[in-house]
Amino acid sequence: MAWRDSRRNRSRLALFISSIILGIAALVATFSFSYNLQRDVNDQAKTMVGADLVVEASGAVSPQIQPLLDSVGRDRSKERSFASMIYFVRSKSTRLIQVRALEGNYPYYGSLETTPAAAARTFRTGRYALVDKTLMLQYGAKVGDSVRIGTLGFAISGTLNKAPGRNEISLTVAPPVYIPLRYLAESGLLQKGSRVSTQYYYKMDSLTSAEQVLTAIEPRLQKAGLEYETVETRKKRTGRSFDDFSQFLTLIGFIALLLGSIGVASAIHIYIREKIGPIAILRCLGVKAWQAFVIYLIQILGIGLVGSVAGAALGTLIQQLLPLVLKDFLPFQATVSLSWKAVFQGVLLGLTISMLFALLPLVSVRKISPLNTLRLSYEATSMLGDPLKWLLYILLLSSILAFSGWQMHSLTKALVFTGSVLLALGLLAAAARTMMWLTRKFFPFSWNYLLRQGFANLYRPNNQTVVLIITIGLGVAFIGTLYFVQDMLISRLSVTASGNQANMILFDIQSSQVDGLAGLTQKSGLPVLQKVPIVTMRIEEINGKKAGYGQREKGDSVPNRAFESELRVTYRDSLSATEKIISGRLHGPVRSPADTVFISMEEGYARRLHVKTGDRIVFNVQGLLLPTVIGSLRQVSWRQVGTNFRVTFPGGVLESAPQFYVLITRVESSEESARFQQSVIARFPNVSIIDMRLVLSVLDDILSKIGFVIRFMAGFSIVTGLVVLIASVLISKYQRMQESVLLRTLGASRRQILAINALEYFFLGSLAAATGLLLAIGASWALAKYSFDSPLSVSVIPVIILFLSIVLVTMTIGLLNSREVLSQTPLEILRKEV
Amino acid sequence: MDTILQVSNLGKTYLGAGRTLTVLSGISFSVEAGTTLAVVGPSGSGKTTLLGLCAGLDRSSSGSVELNHILLDALSEDERARVRNLYVGFIFQNFQLLNTLTALENVMVPLELRGEKNIRARALDLLGQVGLSARVHHYPAQLSGGEQQRVSLARAFSTSPKILFADEPTGNLDAETSEMVTGLLFDLNRRAGTTLVIVTHNRELAERTDRIIGLKGGVIISDTPGGAAS
Repeated sequence: MAWRDSRRNRSRLALFISSIILGIAALVATFSFSYNLQRDVNDQAKTMVGADLVVEASGAVSPQIQPLLDSVGRDRSKERSFASMIYFVRSKSTRLIQVRALEGNYPYYGSLETTPAAAARTFRTGRYALVDKTLMLQYGAKVGDSVRIGTLGFAISGTLNKAPGRNEISLTVAPPVYIPLRYLAESGLLQKGSRVSTQYYYKMDSLTSAEQVLTAIEPRLQKAGLEYETVETRKKRTGRSFDDFSQFLTLIGFIALLLGSIGVASAIHIYIREKIGPIAILRCLGVKAWQAFVIYLIQILGIGLVGSVAGAALGTLIQQLLPLVLKDFLPFQATVSLSWKAVFQGVLLGLTISMLFALLPLVSVRKISPLNTLRLSYEATSMLGDPLKWLLYILLLSSILAFSGWQMHSLTKALVFTGSVLLALGLLAAAARTMMWLTRKFFPFSWNYLLRQGFANLYRPNNQTVVLIITIGLGVAFIGTLYFVQDMLISRLSVTASGNQANMILFDIQSSQVDGLAGLTQKSGLPVLQKVPIVTMRIEEINGKKAGYGQREKGDSVPNRAFESELRVTYRDSLSATEKIISGRLHGPVRSPADTVFISMEEGYARRLHVKTGDRIVFNVQGLLLPTVIGSLRQVSWRQVGTNFRVTFPGGVLESAPQFYVLITRVESSEESARFQQSVIARFPNVSIIDMRLVLSVLDDILSKIGFVIRFMAGFSIVTGLVVLIASVLISKYQRMQESVLLRTLGASRRQILAINALEYFFLGSLAAATGLLLAIGASWALAKYSFDSPLSVSVIPVIILFLSIVLVTMTIGLLNSREVLSQTPLEILRKEV
Repeated sequence: MDTILQVSNLGKTYLGAGRTLTVLSGISFSVEAGTTLAVVGPSGSGKTTLLGLCAGLDRSSSGSVELNHILLDALSEDERARVRNLYVGFIFQNFQLLNTLTALENVMVPLELRGEKNIRARALDLLGQVGLSARVHHYPAQLSGGEQQRVSLARAFSTSPKILFADEPTGNLDAETSEMVTGLLFDLNRRAGTTLVIVTHNRELAERTDRIIGLKGGVIISDTPGGAAS
């Protein structure tokens, strides 16, 4: 019976289910991608690490631990890495790079991929450098050219295409350049204040595993503040970070499925309304209420299965694109293969969610009485009146909760996700209902008839205002939020690089160089905006409590990490333009050794350390213990290019401590920047330079790439919204046709019919786009305020473009639907018993 | 007396599934303004097709229809729509109200399409004449069949048409309601002086007109005076 009844409606049933195809496709694609990624991580973890064990020291290594580091493993390599400048002799260009001075045979697994291939080996044999491919391209350098790093010249022995375990994005600000470690000392780059990290790479003999070795030495490494990694820990870490990303993409796909399912529910609602007559006849002929229900349930299930399989097939195809879209973020080669597990999960999930949504209107079939053969009145059962609907809502919520919980491995996060989805849907539905109410309440009776007819269709019976505003609105909200946040981040940085603000930072400047460099800056016609001394130190005691205290007494206010990190502080007796005192006061310079040293602390840092003004802190300044008292707390604006410090000392304390300097200036053009960098590097080869405009363009590029990935997935939501729109328009076509034909019969012209339809879809599209955009602005504002601590400024042009695009697409789809009415005579359509 | 409708040698054929189906052929008659006419015949005799052609809802395959001295066959669909809006009223068996509009709005639609102003009072008056003053803001789904047909009557007379076409106006109504609707139809028609063309199976209804044309197999088989002519 279900099969026979569906005969004339199969294409329409297929249309209902088309809304969920994209959602299922998105899920199958991300599931497959995620499973393939797990396999790739497992297969390639060894080549990502390049060794069995890696130990990393972020500063100097203590002499006590050095013998241990020199004795582990069968074979070992050492790499020292830090930011510095490179000078390309032929093009006379300079650029910030990551110097990697390597000694040994690293990598033991995988390889440094170079052109020519032999360069990965030969660069270790003399004064040669392997230069990152982006740098080679950017500066038109060729193998054999000379570069200068520090005071030493190197010949480029090859182009570095890929180093183990690094993704493209991580290399963009400071691309890597490999040199042999033995030339590092000669280069003059290792000076006071240089932020050098050292990696020790170990290859174990075949009988010893890295884990065994690690178990033995781990406590000592921890005590020395060293970090370490094995193939297994890398597997976990990489898996975890991509898990988060996959989760995020999966949840976006899931939202597309939810939107599609709302479309399905709406379509089934209309379908069932049209089926009241046939159902009532069946009831008259003796079919029981539940049998009538089962007939339609089978139809929906059948077509749902077809839709899910189609979605899975599409998802498998889309999966091929994900590695291309994400290639810059992956530190390994991603493979693509069909994952039956992903297909099964996608189909099952799609079918479950869409069926639960479809059942909401479908249960009303049970309530259709044989009396409906006599009168086609139909009232959808209210939720309160039908316990089965309650059950369905509960099942639906539990399914969303269960899925998000499964994805996020946390009930709290799942609750937040489910709550947020409900909130967004609720807000959109409320906005739609409010708009309908307002339209009705303040109906513009004085408007022209066509305008009124189009406008009134928003709230008239059988309208689809709510469902379309939810589906299209959520898609718009998604895309809008992503755009606004990305725009805010970019403009925030643009502000820092515009106007008269600083845009170039010179660091690693030694005390002996600072005056010379400042003179050179001024001689080059550039302002010295800041010249700041920096002293490194650690916290020894907070209010009498030393490192390790926090571990012993859980819940105590002083976190242990406060004692671990190296602090970079400055000394001055005034505030910078980006600071203001919010508690206490600046006490001025220290006049005699007996005076109390009052420091000033940044409020956020003080909060993390759980300290306040008047608290006592003892600093370890390179071996010398220095007791201080917190004299003031400062609020610091981190948004401008400049030197900001967590701790500032008064004058008269640190002047004779070992220190280095940062100098900040502003350049007006790329040419000026290049000239200045060349002259600095020529005289002060150890000094590193960050050109904020370069950072800005790199960040713009990174954000664009991330934005593209997210938009790619969020695109599923907006396209789903459009599919729901198309399905809704086509499903309501028969009703619309009836109206239009009657209007034609009563004398409406082609232009009038088109105008009514165009206006209705214009209002619908405008409402959906405006609601979505408002939601996007609200969400972006909240993100800006609470996550980025930044004011939100929304650019008008993109908002208008997005708004008009949505309105145009909605109107086009609506109007295409009117074509059939206009191309036929009224009698032809009236005869079709519309 | 002026001729409001002139049908000459009218024919209509449909092409479908490789076959030609002739629904009407060689139909000729004329209708004088202000008179009433019934077209009767068994199912499939071509009654509704004839009505559609006379009202300009469809194009003929041969012959011509002249309505209020306007040759419909020469007009575009939009021009015919304008003719309908200016001179023609309709009543259908299944009421054909716009489900999304209230009773009042349904009555106002033809006037709105003309671009007329201050039409609300006129629509309310007509709804009052058909006894629906209390139901003006109801949607069709909230009205009984008889009430829907009365809205349809009010709508048909709202533009003071020169000619009114009614397709089985009582076909979906019970006897008592049929009687009331028929009474209203003829009453309104008499007061407005409109020409009335009714397509019906109902012999009693047909007998209330001035003239009855019998149709069978797409051709006229009789043309006799109705009960109202005597």
